Amino acid sequence: MLREITIGQYYPVDSVLHRMDPRTKLFGTMVYIVSLFLADNVWCYLAAAVFLAAVIRLSHVPLSFMVRGLKAILFLLLISVSFNLFLTEGEELFRIWFLRVTREGVRMAGFMAVRLIFLVVGSSVMTLTTTPNQLTDGLEKSLGFLKKVRVPVHEMAMIMSIALRFIPILVEETDKIMKAQMARGADFESGGLVQKAKSMVPLLVPLFISAFRRATDLAMAMEARCYHGGEGRTRMKPLRYAGRDYAAYLTYAAYMGVMLALRTVF
Amino acid sequence: MGIIKASKLVFDYIRRDEEENIEETDRAIDGLSVDVEKGSFVAVLGHNGSGKSTLAKHINAILVPTEGTVWVSGMDTADESKVWEIRKGAGMVFQNPDNQIIGNVVEEDVGFGPENIGVPTDDIWKRVDESLKAVGMTAFRYKSPNKLSGGQKQRVAIAGVMAMRPECIVLDEPTAMLDPDGRKEVIRTVTELNRKEGITVILITHYMEEVIGADRVIVMDEGKIVMDGTPREVFSRVDELKEYRLDVPQVTELAYELRKGGADMPAGILSIDEFVESFMAAMGGTEA
Repeated sequence: MLREITIGQYYPVDSVLHRMDPRTKLFGTMVYIVSLFLADNVWCYLAAAVFLAAVIRLSHVPLSFMVRGLKAILFLLLISVSFNLFLTEGEELFRIWFLRVTREGVRMAGFMAVRLIFLVVGSSVMTLTTTPNQLTDGLEKSLGFLKKVRVPVHEMAMIMSIALRFIPILVEETDKIMKAQMARGADFESGGLVQKAKSMVPLLVPLFISAFRRATDLAMAMEARCYHGGEGRTRMKPLRYAGRDYAAYLTYAAYMGVMLALRTVF
Repeated sequence: MGIIKASKLVFDYIRRDEEENIEETDRAIDGLSVDVEKGSFVAVLGHNGSGKSTLAKHINAILVPTEGTVWVSGMDTADESKVWEIRKGAGMVFQNPDNQIIGNVVEEDVGFGPENIGVPTDDIWKRVDESLKAVGMTAFRYKSPNKLSGGQKQRVAIAGVMAMRPECIVLDEPTAMLDPDGRKEVIRTVTELNRKEGITVILITHYMEEVIGADRVIVMDEGKIVMDGTPREVFSRVDELKEYRLDVPQVTELAYELRKGGADMPAGILSIDEFVESFMAAMGGTEA
């Protein structure tokens, strides 16, 4: 069962968005986030909604998956909405005990909620249509310019993709150690928080030892296969822009134009 | 000079304390000399701590000699400028199949080596196709390595080495963590590569059954070569092998005991068929 776990939330179907270059999607997400912070009236948000709806349709991912990410920010959403609702100065609409609700407050709270929801759903579109590995590749290539200021971009990407490969292996190992300890009478279930944390120690120690051993082995295997950092390295699957990527960039430009126009006009 | 040559090789594992003073030295290889011919299949046997894995790591320049010299395709492994050239020519497959696969997809892992040595993209794909075919793993190329069996993972690891087009492959106990089926799978693959592609194979193992197909068997003990010859020569010296805490294949031992008991059996029998044949001959063929 543990073998089947997926990392990230990639939803495997075939769509234009899935086939798009990860760099295009990364940039698009950034553009969208910026546009959300530029928006300051209802029309802007409407445009953002239309754009998001169109992208979701193109992605062939069911809407329920997009909304799933919202659960994680529900608490944050509630806090920011209530703060905006009750603490904004302005024309009073009504008052519950000492809490004043103003017209400006309602407006701010509404915008804040919509902005947060769009932000989360918008970035979910990217993670749902891009495998973690493509994402790593895309990040490495997009941040390549940082190599000039000696940021080890390639090394960081390599670490990320190795971590992705070893997560299922380590999860399986944890399971194995846990069962071995349970067979010898270890108790991971009962007791309070402190007790539970304490019972994790005999689990974590062997897990760490084995992880370090794996790391040494892997490093040796990588060196034996001539790995010596990113320099002079070629790619088996280099990232190449296709027609759809150029079309996407044009769409971003058009979208940004509409956003800015709506912002100034209204 | 053969493809691999070691001369008076000595290697010490040195343990140091916090002040970098030498606390303890442990001699793993002690004055070993060997010459391996190109295209041959050499099996290295020895019990734990005999120095066989240490020897393997010298061929790939992962370890460099404390004393003496190792040459791989004529290059001295102590020469740091040749390290990548040596590793390209002498690939290495390790014991644990999980800890040597880097890619998240089989074909990407096979491409890892060629990527590192700067092979152009189109050529990488060609090499990956060829290597996967050579080990019979083409059908699994889009799979995640986590979903393969141990034997399949080792075959992927072998393909990863093959994609670098080495002249020689060193396998350091590649079957120690596999089940019997996986073991057969790996040994069959390696034997095929040796026969068909002419790759020099150095197989480090402690399973006797795996060395029967080799051209040459080297037995190591305490960092020295103590026996060296064809499988038949080595396995005819059963008592000596036992002294080095090694087992012999069951048929070999049975034939040996029969011979000791006075039966007219030849020395160094390696397979069941061979045993049956000579046993029938020895019994005068009456029971046929």
